[in-house]
Amino acid sequence: MREVDVSLITDAVKRMSMEANTRLGEDVIATYAACAMREESETGRSILEQLQRNAEISGETGLPLCQDTGVAVVFVELGQDVHLTGGALREAVNEGVRQGYREGYLRKSIVEDPLRRKNTGDNTPAVLHVELVPGDKVKITIATKGGGSENMSGIKMLKPADGVDGVKDFVIERVREAGPNPCPPTIVGVGIGGTFEVAAILSKKALLRPLGERHPDPYYAALEEDLLEKINRLGIGPMGLGGSTTSLDVKVEVHPCHIASLPVAVNIQCHSTRHLETEI
Amino acid sequence: MSDAIRMTTPLSDADVEKLKIGDRVILSGVLYTARDAAHARLVDLIEKGEELPFDPQGQVIYFVGPTPPPPGRVIGSAGPTTSYRMDTYSPILISKGLKGMIGKGKRSKEVVDSMKEHKAVYFGATGGTGALISGCIKEAEVIAYEDLGPEAIRRLVVEDFPLIVVNDAHGGDLYEKGRARYAK
Ligand code: SF4
Repeated sequence: MREVDVSLITDAVKRMSMEANTRLGEDVIATYAACAMREESETGRSILEQLQRNAEISGETGLPLCQDTGVAVVFVELGQDVHLTGGALREAVNEGVRQGYREGYLRKSIVEDPLRRKNTGDNTPAVLHVELVPGDKVKITIATKGGGSENMSGIKMLKPADGVDGVKDFVIERVREAGPNPCPPTIVGVGIGGTFEVAAILSKKALLRPLGERHPDPYYAALEEDLLEKINRLGIGPMGLGGSTTSLDVKVEVHPCHIASLPVAVNIQCHSTRHLETEI
Repeated sequence: MSDAIRMTTPLSDADVEKLKIGDRVILSGVLYTARDAAHARLVDLIEKGEELPFDPQGQVIYFVGPTPPPPGRVIGSAGPTTSYRMDTYSPILISKGLKGMIGKGKRSKEVVDSMKEHKAVYFGATGGTGALISGCIKEAEVIAYEDLGPEAIRRLVVEDFPLIVVNDAHGGDLYEKGRARYAK
C-alpha cells in the first residue's frame, strides 16, 4: 500500500485550476493558427487571430483567458494500491478549487442549489468523477468548463436501427442548433453506447484528448473526420458570423451497450478548451 | 473589410439607424453590465413602477460577468456571455429606451422585433477573449446588486471596444446571413 496525503491532491487541483485558466495547450494554439490559414471568411480569420492574441495577453498578464472560468470538473483515477491519508478526497478536491479560484482571481460561478440559485462564493463544489484503477498512482485531470458551451450539449437514446447515420444526424443537428451560442470554433465530444449516463461521461472525456489526434480504431477515426468535415460545411464559422471553421475537432468515444439501445451524447466545448492533468 | 465606425455612448436613434449588420463598430463611453439575475431584478422594478439603478434611455448594456480584478487592475477578464438568457427581459428594457446590447449568440424573434420597433441594436463581441477585452475597460464600479457577485450591475467606461453589428434596427441578422454565405 502506498500512502498519499490528500493535501497533495489539494495542491495539484489548486495549481491546475489557476494554470488551466491562463494557459492553453500547444495543440490548441497550433490548431487556431492552422485554421486561420484555411479560414475563408475575413471576419473569421480576424476572430481566430483575436483568439491567439487573447491567449498571449492571458499568458503575459495572468488574466483568465475567459471570464467564465467554469465549473471545475475533476477526474481522479485512483490506483487501488493507494491509501489516501489526511482527510476525505472530495473535501481535498474542493479545497484545491477554493484556493485556486480565490488566489487566481477566477470567477465564482457555482450556485448551491439549481433552483434557489445562491452563489456558493468559492466555486465549490467541484464535479468529481472517481475511477478505481490498478496501480499505486493518483491521476488527476481538471477541466474548467464554461456554461455557454455546456448548455448547448445534448443526449438522445437512438434506436439501434438508426445506426451510424442516426448518430451523424444527431451530432450535426446539435451543432447546427447551437449556432453561434457556444463560442465557435468548438470541439465536439461524442459519446456513443453504454447507458444514458455513460454516454454523457464519455462525451465529456472525449474532449480531453489532444486536438488533431485520431481515435485508435480506424472505423471511429474515419467517423471523427467525416463529422468534422460535415460540421465545417455548415457555414457557422468563428463566433457564428459565417465561415469555414465551425469546429476545431470532433472526438468520439464508445462503450459496449444493450441490444436494444444506442445512446449518443454530444458535449460541446468552446474554443477556450482548458484542461490539465497530473500524476501523483 | 469595410472601415470600422467609431461611436460613443449614449446612442441616439440616428446613431442606431445608420448601423447595418456586419458593420464593425469601435465603441467608447459608458456601458452598464448585467446578466440574467440582474435583468430579472431590473424588470421587476419596472413592473412595480420603481426607480432603476440607472436610466436605460440611450444606454448600452454589456452582458458580462467579469472575473475579480487582480491587484492593480480595474477589472479582470471580461468577455461577453450568451445573450439568449436575457431574451425574456430585453424587450422591456428596450421599450424603456435602451439603445444597445453587447453579447454573443442568437436573440429571439421578440427581441429582434422590439429592436426594430424602438430602434435598438445588438452588437456581438468575441466570446472567450476576456483578457483581450479587459484592456478596453478603463473604469469599473459596482452600482447595484453587489450581493450577486459577478452578476452585479457595474458601470464601465470603455475605450475602443471592437464590436460587430449582429442585429440592426432594420430586422437584419448577421448570423443567418453569414452562415448562408459559407454553407456548402
Ligand atoms: S463558451 Fe467558452 S469561451 Fe465562450 S464565454 Fe463560455 S467559457 Fe468563455
